[in-house]
Amino acid sequence: MIDIDNVTKVFGAGDAAFTALSEVSVTIAENEFFTLLGPSGCGKTTLLRLIAGFEPPTAGAIRLGGRDITRLPPNQRPVNTVFQSYALFPHMSVAQNIAFGLEMLGKPKAEVKSTVDDMLRLVRMEAMRDRRTSEISGGQQQRVALARALAPHPEVLLLDEPLSALDLKLRKEMQIELKRLQSETGITFVFVTHDQEEALTMSDRVAVMSAGEILQVGPPRDIYERPAERFVANFIGESNFLNADLAGDSVTLAAGGTFPVRRPDGVRDGKVSVLVRPEHITLGGAGDTLRSTIENVVYSGEATVAHMVLPTGEPIKARLSNAPQGDGALPGAGSQVTIGLAPGAITVLRD
Amino acid sequence: MAETGGYLPGALEAEAEKADTRNRWLLSLPAVIIIICFAAGPLLVMVLYSFLTPGDYGNVKWEFSLEGWMNTIVQRDIFDDTLMWADAHISIFWRSFSLSVITTVLTLIFGLPTAWFIATQPPGRRELWLFLVTVPFWSNLLVRTIAIQELIRNEGVINLVLLKLGVIDAPIQMMFTDFAIGFGMTYVYLPLMVLPIYAAVDKLDFRLVEAAHDLYASRWTAFRRVILPLIKPGIIAGSILVFIPSLGAYVTPRVLGGGKNLMFGNLIELQFGAGRNWPLGAALSLMLMTAVMIALIYYVRVTSRDRADG
Ligand SMILES: Nc1ncnc2c1ncn2[C@@H]1O[C@H](COP(=O)(O)OP(=O)(O)OP(=O)(O)O)[C@@H](O)[C@H]1O
Ligand SMILES: [Mg+2]
Repeated sequence: MIDIDNVTKVFGAGDAAFTALSEVSVTIAENEFFTLLGPSGCGKTTLLRLIAGFEPPTAGAIRLGGRDITRLPPNQRPVNTVFQSYALFPHMSVAQNIAFGLEMLGKPKAEVKSTVDDMLRLVRMEAMRDRRTSEISGGQQQRVALARALAPHPEVLLLDEPLSALDLKLRKEMQIELKRLQSETGITFVFVTHDQEEALTMSDRVAVMSAGEILQVGPPRDIYERPAERFVANFIGESNFLNADLAGDSVTLAAGGTFPVRRPDGVRDGKVSVLVRPEHITLGGAGDTLRSTIENVVYSGEATVAHMVLPTGEPIKARLSNAPQGDGALPGAGSQVTIGLAPGAITVLRD
Repeated sequence: MAETGGYLPGALEAEAEKADTRNRWLLSLPAVIIIICFAAGPLLVMVLYSFLTPGDYGNVKWEFSLEGWMNTIVQRDIFDDTLMWADAHISIFWRSFSLSVITTVLTLIFGLPTAWFIATQPPGRRELWLFLVTVPFWSNLLVRTIAIQELIRNEGVINLVLLKLGVIDAPIQMMFTDFAIGFGMTYVYLPLMVLPIYAAVDKLDFRLVEAAHDLYASRWTAFRRVILPLIKPGIIAGSILVFIPSLGAYVTPRVLGGGKNLMFGNLIELQFGAGRNWPLGAALSLMLMTAVMIALIYYVRVTSRDRADG
């Protein structure tokens, strides 16, 4: 269990001071697949570096399994890192890189060799074992970095965008492989990614970060379906934001129509913005009350997206699954349609 | 159609390549001329002179002789013409070699931490430190050497301070010893060690050091297993840069070693001066050059092997 307790990290001092993390608190369970998701520069790598011990926090504490490791040097933490830049040793072969951590731990030669062989097989690099790291591709380097960090079997594995350099097919395979590894080895994974789909499909829980803060932590389904803030909703998936009035357990949209909602904590009655996912909107159903005007229709393979405006001038888009051999008979631009919202489609945001 | 299409670009390429080679030769022509006139030329003169007979008042007589080369390591008894080892020369060779090795080791011991310190300073301050390290280069070698003499002579600063503090009763004789020469050469050649190591440390990717720590390496192990192999080219370059001029050093041993403790450079100078034995001087110079070449070849082989496997 990793306990990050009110951690702040400030780089520089005086006028040049920059707060990369401000009062971040989160607890990561043992053997959890925990993902940090957020835009570039939001502090994901910084948080990993604090857990690994490369930087001390400016304030706050980090505990691992109850033990305070805030001041422990990196070589004494049972934590390994897959670096964003790989950081493979250029003067060593692939196999020597993977063996490094094991040798440092003083493992017997035979064990080192068999673990290295296992790791090479795992990342499918057996054929490259004696290559130098400058003689393999970016994706292969990334796999070696992964094998090197896994080999000593740490309690916690920190992965800083470990799959970003892989092509789609290999990435999918490695995602499954990583997930399997994580559940089999009992290692806690703290995973950083830019890719929201990767975050949602792989993680037990996701933390969405922005500008040095964790905005929301929760299982993928919660994050996607009940984002607490506009930033989270916007960052993950496609969103429509509409103005509404909250009264008790229902909202009345500015564009008309009253719907029951789940009321989040700490939101008072009155003007709010609400989220509606485009795939939760239907068009032209019987009994629909909301009216809108179609601006354009975009076909995108498995779905068609209709961009519309409500009478209030608010833009709204609907994502409609394409039926087999459908005639695509959506009304053209300028037509009036009625909109239906699936039950529970409206999420009240906190901002 | 397909055939000519394939053939034509090939011919053009070959043509372009030829022109390219020609241009490169033309561009390097001035350099080649300079090398021939000012490096190869004098060298040939030296080779020639080493096989001639010494003139009575210096210079050479145009008579073929192997005496110059022979005299580098053996000498002829003036009375009965028997040959024996030139002990004086051999001890000078040995002193030159061992003092050069010691100088190289000492500059490495002092230079590595210095270079490391400078390379890990914030970028703005590095220039200042580099400038300070190279400041001695701006002044004349002789002046610097005399400054060292002021430090270590019997009435010099070090002895005065030690006497005042009561650490010693009588001045320590440091001038005109091998210690003085080693001390002086270490001081003089230190920048030549610092600069290449600085360049290597500057290029070092410190994320690799973090990776080593992450994989349970202590500071010392990270240094030995990751840092040292990566800055090795800088260390070797620095060692060569110090070792070679040390071997031929002339001013420093002359001033600090007095006339007693000669080194290779002084021995050569002697032959062209008071010794009036130019062929021997030429032969000694060529010997020194050969030693330097061997050191350089070793360097090239070590570094190219590194590039291939290390
Ligand atoms: N050593 C440092 N000194 C000063 N600022 C730093 C330092 N390291 C990081 N920062 C700043 O802290 C912020 C967070 O950086 P961090 O590397 O954690 O971002 P990230 O979320 O990992 O981004 P990315 O997705 O692009 O990797 C950035 O604005 C960065 O400029
Ligand atoms: Mg990052």
